[in-house]
Amino acid sequence: MAELTICDYTRGLRHGIPIALGYLSVSFSFGIAAVSQGLDWWVAVLISMTNLTSAGQVAGLGIITAGGTFLEMALAQFIINLRYALMSLSLSQKLSAKYATLHRAITAFAMTDEIFAVASGEPGEVRPAYMYGLATLPFAGWSLGTLLGGLAGTLLPELLCAVLGLAIYGMFIAIIIPPARDSVGVCAVVVLAAAMSCALRYIPAFSGISSGFSIIICAVLASAAGALVFPRKKQGEEAEQ
Amino acid sequence: MRLLGYIAVMALVTYAIRAIPFVLFRKKINSRFVQDFLYYVPYAVLSAMTIPAVLYATDHIVSAAVGAAVAVVLAFFRRGLLTVALSACGAALAVELVMLYLL
Repeated sequence: MAELTICDYTRGLRHGIPIALGYLSVSFSFGIAAVSQGLDWWVAVLISMTNLTSAGQVAGLGIITAGGTFLEMALAQFIINLRYALMSLSLSQKLSAKYATLHRAITAFAMTDEIFAVASGEPGEVRPAYMYGLATLPFAGWSLGTLLGGLAGTLLPELLCAVLGLAIYGMFIAIIIPPARDSVGVCAVVVLAAAMSCALRYIPAFSGISSGFSIIICAVLASAAGALVFPRKKQGEEAEQ
Repeated sequence: MRLLGYIAVMALVTYAIRAIPFVLFRKKINSRFVQDFLYYVPYAVLSAMTIPAVLYATDHIVSAAVGAAVAVVLAFFRRGLLTVALSACGAALAVELVMLYLL
């Protein structure tokens, strides 16, 4: 197939290296978290290989261990991962004219924040071979990191596993704090979501609300409030995350 | 098997969100509200998932709180993801060891 060239593929591969290294460490902490919450290591790897997303997987873990319903799982994944729809939509504008539907269907699986950001930064149009190359190492890193974390969680002393469970939250904090410093809107959304999350957790009247629904409620209300009160100034800024 | 059911639901919903716009849509979203809403969603999700759950991520609330505080300070000064995460773990480990052997 003319649209699958080695040159495009290797270019994508190279661009995927830093993403893969980052994923290795994030998924390592996901693997540990999954095992410390009672899942087998291979279940953690299966989740990573079929989902390829951090926040959605951690929320999913919480719903699985709490014994939530399938509907709750579907709604939570929908809200948490809704941003990918915007990214797919945005990147679909940049695809080459010959980008076949089959290739679209396959490469869409790898639409993550980082892969989207790098692909959006490509000068000119994006071809399928480039997307396959770009997705290869991050997918491998995400899967391998989960495997290593899952095995480490099984082997490491309990004390070490317990503190390593903080790693994934540390990364979440590292993702939200710098933009919250720079943007009043992001800061307000972060504080509002945190406040609502605490309210849902600690106020007895809300004790029937499970963790999955709590995230859905907080995310929808805080984001809607942010969009109403702090609309962003310019169009087309999706790439900045 | 219920566990595989959960994983199938997660994977299918997540894939559908990514693939449907990528395969079908060729136009851009025009609503400013929807654009801004989607822009804020990741931050709201991560914040709600982290607070207060981070306090229960270790064996003791004290070590988790110290670890989280270290993460917030380092993130405020724009340290990288890995630095922030490992420093939080290190701080929590130090607190756990103090509680185990010195208190």
